[in-house]
Amino acid sequence: MKETPLSNCERRFLLRAIEEKKRLDGRQTYDYRNIKISFGTDYGCCIVELGKTRVLGQVSCELVSPKLNRATEGILFFNLELSQMAAPAFEPGRQSDLLVKLNRLLERCLRNSKCIDTESLCVVAGEKVWQIRVDLHLLNHDGNIIDAASIAAIVALCHFRRPDVSVQGDEVTLYTLEERDPVPLSIHHMPICVSFAFFQQGTYLLVDPNEREERVMDGLLVIAMNKHREICTIQSSGGIMLLKDQVLRCSKIAGVKVAEITELIQKALENDQKVRKEGGKFGFAESIANQRITAFRMEKAPVDTSDVEEKAEEIISEAEPPSEVVSKPVLWTPGTAQIGEGIENSWGDLEDSEKEDEDEGGSDEAIILDSIKMDTGEVSNIGSQDAPIVLSDSEEEEMIILEPDKNPKKIRTQTISATQVKAPSKKPVKKRKKKRAAN
Amino acid sequence: MEGTMQTETTIRAESGIESGPRGPSCSLRHFACEQNLLSRPDGSASFLQGDTSVLAGVYGPAEVKVSKEIFNKATLEVTLRPKIGLPGVAEKSRERLIRNTCEAVVLGALHPRTSITVVLQVVSDAGSLLACCLNAACMALVDAGVPMRALFCGVTCALDSDGTLLLDPTAKQEKEARAVLTFALDSVERKLLMSTTKGLYSDAELQQCLAAAQAASQHVFRFYRESLQRRYSKS
Repeated sequence: MKETPLSNCERRFLLRAIEEKKRLDGRQTYDYRNIKISFGTDYGCCIVELGKTRVLGQVSCELVSPKLNRATEGILFFNLELSQMAAPAFEPGRQSDLLVKLNRLLERCLRNSKCIDTESLCVVAGEKVWQIRVDLHLLNHDGNIIDAASIAAIVALCHFRRPDVSVQGDEVTLYTLEERDPVPLSIHHMPICVSFAFFQQGTYLLVDPNEREERVMDGLLVIAMNKHREICTIQSSGGIMLLKDQVLRCSKIAGVKVAEITELIQKALENDQKVRKEGGKFGFAESIANQRITAFRMEKAPVDTSDVEEKAEEIISEAEPPSEVVSKPVLWTPGTAQIGEGIENSWGDLEDSEKEDEDEGGSDEAIILDSIKMDTGEVSNIGSQDAPIVLSDSEEEEMIILEPDKNPKKIRTQTISATQVKAPSKKPVKKRKKKRAAN
Repeated sequence: MEGTMQTETTIRAESGIESGPRGPSCSLRHFACEQNLLSRPDGSASFLQGDTSVLAGVYGPAEVKVSKEIFNKATLEVTLRPKIGLPGVAEKSRERLIRNTCEAVVLGALHPRTSITVVLQVVSDAGSLLACCLNAACMALVDAGVPMRALFCGVTCALDSDGTLLLDPTAKQEKEARAVLTFALDSVERKLLMSTTKGLYSDAELQQCLAAAQAASQHVFRFYRESLQRRYSKS
């Protein structure tokens, strides 16, 4: 689905508003939207909401062999996915320019700033190291993906606990969550990206642009910084010329914003840890705002299953005896065997035209089709008129012959012989074929 | 008062990392649902069953690619995204099951030559994931206002090694179970829309599971009804 284009008057309106120091959502120039951080039940799982932009982060780990040139370092892997859920224009499984740019920026912000101690992820030098994988999913796109993603990534990393390992000689023991408390990653600092949007060739500046503002901006400056005011990465895109003062001013604003966000993150992490320690409720179920009219919850509901057995017996007793199934594989010719009822696979969408082709494709197929219809019982009998053999009469009689107390194999031979006796003139070979197919 | 206290403690045990057995009687875990929580999709819902959580977004009826256009009905697409890594065969198979279920109830003929896209994101998997996906998809379709013949819900049953029937199993119970059966049922006739099973079971057990799923579906549909009543209430 294509992105709805922004009309000229919308564009003009937005730009005019920015010139008048007004923003569509009522924020001031340097205001961030509200940030909400919620954690899942698993370690290393969080959802970060920046206004309406929403990112799901999940950290996972795996023991792998290290890279040859870095034998004592663990591996960090970042992957941001732009799901179609976030915006209709995002196509699944396509590496768009935006996605590549965002992934690269995230890597530079988090891996190249050495915020995670990769040497502590080494288990046996040159043989076993931890690979930490950070998966980020954009759930809703309302602008400023990179800030939300960088917050989600660092929060998920801080929240994550890896299983404990011990090394004795050559033996590496991995402990489960029950055996030993998992250990957190050692994180040196928390880099956070702050985005600045520039309008009218850098005359106007906005912090944390939303989706509409991103569409009319001329250029973007992203500064990744930690709370010690150390710049981790800086990137200017859109091809605007910035003055030295502008960049310095931006870095000052970034410092303030990063300090605020870091405090918020630490508070959220502490809260979650406290709740977990006290054995209280945690997980996403708790973060659903209960007072919202769109949200609803139901406590554990017992289901009365006492009458289930009677019901099942009733249904089984009422039901017709099941058609005989070829439970043992039948070897037709060397290399061709059959098991099951011989009904065609209904998976895969057959186009109508293809189905028609099959109808015409000789009497064998017609018989198979017919037998499917017999099996399903209630399906209308269209198509059987074209079938070369009248099947319905003999089928009924066979049903009478089928008796539940006889063993299935015997029955089959019996039915076959019965049909042969009853209808000797009606192409006996094909008849047998049909029976097998139906069985 | 005492009653509420009791539920409180049981929930507390439940919301931890899947601790403790749930007793011999069959029960569904606690349910929660939030609709319309994403701004971009036409309809969205987050559905929680115990610790299992799925987020669903629906776009549609919308423009369709010419190659996917069907002249007399809407093209229904379902994408399921795992939390870790790229979607694999398991996701494709689930997508197909969910798509076929949706196709059975969505009145696509009312919107020919359009697309209805359902995007599902696994937020956490703690058992009965497919059932939760189905429920989330249904609530998101309702939120998007896609016309449907009936609502549908997913119910997962597990059969223990000794033949005990469990409803809405946790991940651990699913792992230990002899057979896991997932059904999709419609709300009007409580008839089966889809079933997928894993493991060994007799036909009597299948019917038992189906009957239990039908009983459980009443609770799910009541939950749907109450949550929608709340949503469209005036207060």
